[in-house]
Amino acid sequence: MGNPLPSSRAAEAFPAGLRVLIVDDDPTWLKILEKMLRKCSYQVTTCSLATDALHILRERKARFDIVISDVNMPDMDGFKLLEHVGLEMDLPVIMMSIDGETSRVMKGVQHGACDYLLKPVRMKELRNIWQHVYRKKMQELKEVETHSIDEVINILRNGSEDIEDRHLIDETEMSSMRKRKDVDNKEFVDQELNDPSTVKKARVVWSVDLHQKFVNAVDQIGFDKVGPKKILDLMSVPGLTRENVASHLQKYRLYLSRLQKQNGGTCGGNMQSDHINKTIKGKFGLKSSTNVQQDWELTKYACTTENFQTHGIVANAAHVSEMNRVAPAQVIASKKALVNDAQLGLFLSFKGMLPSIREKACKPLHDERPVMQLMQYPEQENYSVLEGYSCLANPDRDHEPCFDHFPSSQPLITSATCTNGKDMKDLYEMKPLQPAMPPMACTIDSVSIQVKHGLVNLQDTGAICKLEGSPSIEDCYLDETCNQGCFPLTYEVSLKSKSDSDSMLEDLHLYSVQKLSYLENVSCTGTEIYQYIDSVPITEVQRINLCEDSEPSGEYLYDPVDYSIDEYLFS
Amino acid sequence: MALHISSAPPISAFHHLLCFFFHDTYPEMEYASSLQRQLASMKKNLFDQGYLDEQFYQLEELQDESSPNFVEEVVTLFFRDSSRLVANIDQALQKYPQDFRRLDNFMHQLKGSASSIGAAKMKNECTSFREFCNKENREGCLRSFQKVKKEHAVLKQKLENYFQLLRQDGPVDKATRSGN
Repeated sequence: MGNPLPSSRAAEAFPAGLRVLIVDDDPTWLKILEKMLRKCSYQVTTCSLATDALHILRERKARFDIVISDVNMPDMDGFKLLEHVGLEMDLPVIMMSIDGETSRVMKGVQHGACDYLLKPVRMKELRNIWQHVYRKKMQELKEVETHSIDEVINILRNGSEDIEDRHLIDETEMSSMRKRKDVDNKEFVDQELNDPSTVKKARVVWSVDLHQKFVNAVDQIGFDKVGPKKILDLMSVPGLTRENVASHLQKYRLYLSRLQKQNGGTCGGNMQSDHINKTIKGKFGLKSSTNVQQDWELTKYACTTENFQTHGIVANAAHVSEMNRVAPAQVIASKKALVNDAQLGLFLSFKGMLPSIREKACKPLHDERPVMQLMQYPEQENYSVLEGYSCLANPDRDHEPCFDHFPSSQPLITSATCTNGKDMKDLYEMKPLQPAMPPMACTIDSVSIQVKHGLVNLQDTGAICKLEGSPSIEDCYLDETCNQGCFPLTYEVSLKSKSDSDSMLEDLHLYSVQKLSYLENVSCTGTEIYQYIDSVPITEVQRINLCEDSEPSGEYLYDPVDYSIDEYLFS
Repeated sequence: MALHISSAPPISAFHHLLCFFFHDTYPEMEYASSLQRQLASMKKNLFDQGYLDEQFYQLEELQDESSPNFVEEVVTLFFRDSSRLVANIDQALQKYPQDFRRLDNFMHQLKGSASSIGAAKMKNECTSFREFCNKENREGCLRSFQKVKKEHAVLKQKLENYFQLLRQDGPVDKATRSGN
């Protein structure tokens, strides 16, 4: 709607013209719902695939006011779509299903659905969906009203970005900030401030100059530490909002991942990670942005394992798989899971990146190559990318062979590790791994380097692989949050026998395939992680948890990334 | 009793008989064409016997000038899609007989689809199939699926007849309704 604001004039027009997006794989229902909504004088767009829906929501200039989606869809779980929409577009989402079991409805609510309709849906129920849109706008407006404009701007720009800024926001703001997933709220408020007559979000045109400033800012900050607020501050472009930067950053990461893919994977995953992270964030019920970031990190890791492949962290997994560790398998598996859902653009990169992984997720990797995956680094292009974006070796390339063949293996890791040469050593020493794989060590090194970003803190358990500088990091956000010790993503790499690994990989594979959740494949043991991560995924992850090794500590901290890395290290 | 010879081409020879019969039983139908009465009774039967439920009325309410054949279009779409689903389930039962999760997923889709046009009996059979799936009762699933297929086929036939009648009634109806 053009004028959703609750002015009296708007109120009359409202809710006619409400822009609704319906997503349902059942063509009969799609037709019926479309007709019903049209009869309510709403503007309807239909979609039978969740991935198409996300694409439309992301790409279309025309905005939507509300999304209605079925829960069971072939390409993506409705709850995942729900998370994505909530995270990225902050639109109200209504879920629908023939299944009205309390647990399902609860799941919908937990994932952020603003309503849950049971099929067969009556027209009178659809007639009232405008209330969700209206309610949201009311909340947003209230936030504007409670603070002076300057205060609001300040809060918006500084507030939920970092923890340290939190003090700038008063509790109300913070809670309302938390409610929204930040970005849209800010956008809304910004827009509101600029043009109170409409709540349409301003569109920023990213000119070459602006983009150059953006890239410079990112380079300056360091890809692994980059965050929208920091970039915004560095760029110091008046009128630019954090949200603009955030979305641009996301796109940038995607772009890089695509580039990486083309180049054999240098950085690919960042963008994806972003998405994944976002998804994860949503999954866990974003809290304040800071928390979210943390969560994200966690999740990122979780995802990462999946993403590992793409980001190199996955590579770790790959390595792990090679090592016949489950971990890698997990990652791969999860990757698969990701891939499955990742019809989304986000995951596309993953998919592309790790096609092999998908197929071969369970393949045991060669010992000598374990690290290969990650090892993209040897090319160092990754590495540089890493610096900027902590791109992990693009798994897809390496992963292609699914760990089977590690590209030229050389322990790319060594190269990659260059950054963390010492890390590696540390790592290596940390665990009395079977010395065996020096190359592994190398890779791990690289891996660790990458992983490091996030959260991996090696722990005493011995097999801990310290992953520093998460490679894709942005994706892994871990580094931001993790470093704070949010979650000690340490994992133990236990060397398992090849056969074990193989079967584990298989299991993981299955698991991952079946589950679309990101964390599924990640086995996280760290308690910290639990704090941040929704318990559901963790349990899922646990299932896949490989650990069984006789490794010393036998503790596997969750961090899929870590896990894989450990695996490699210790394999 | 008045034998209404509607201007619509007679559907069958015995519609006169219908008029005769129905005149007494449904006096309110006296002024409706026999075709319309026939249609009404068909529909009533479908509801009384539980083939269709409230949702079907919802579809009829959605029909308007901008989509004058809405109900028929939706029903056609349903049968096309559900036939595909039924075939998938058939195949799955043969190829992956132990994959109850897959079977359940398919049946969940079919059930959702059936609910769209108000196919009540079919929906119930879908539910019982899913229950068998939950218990991993392969025999039960097979039996239940046969019922699902049967309900699907029966409803398809009945609705085809109904719409065939409806089409006959349609164009004429507008012209003759008031006259009847």
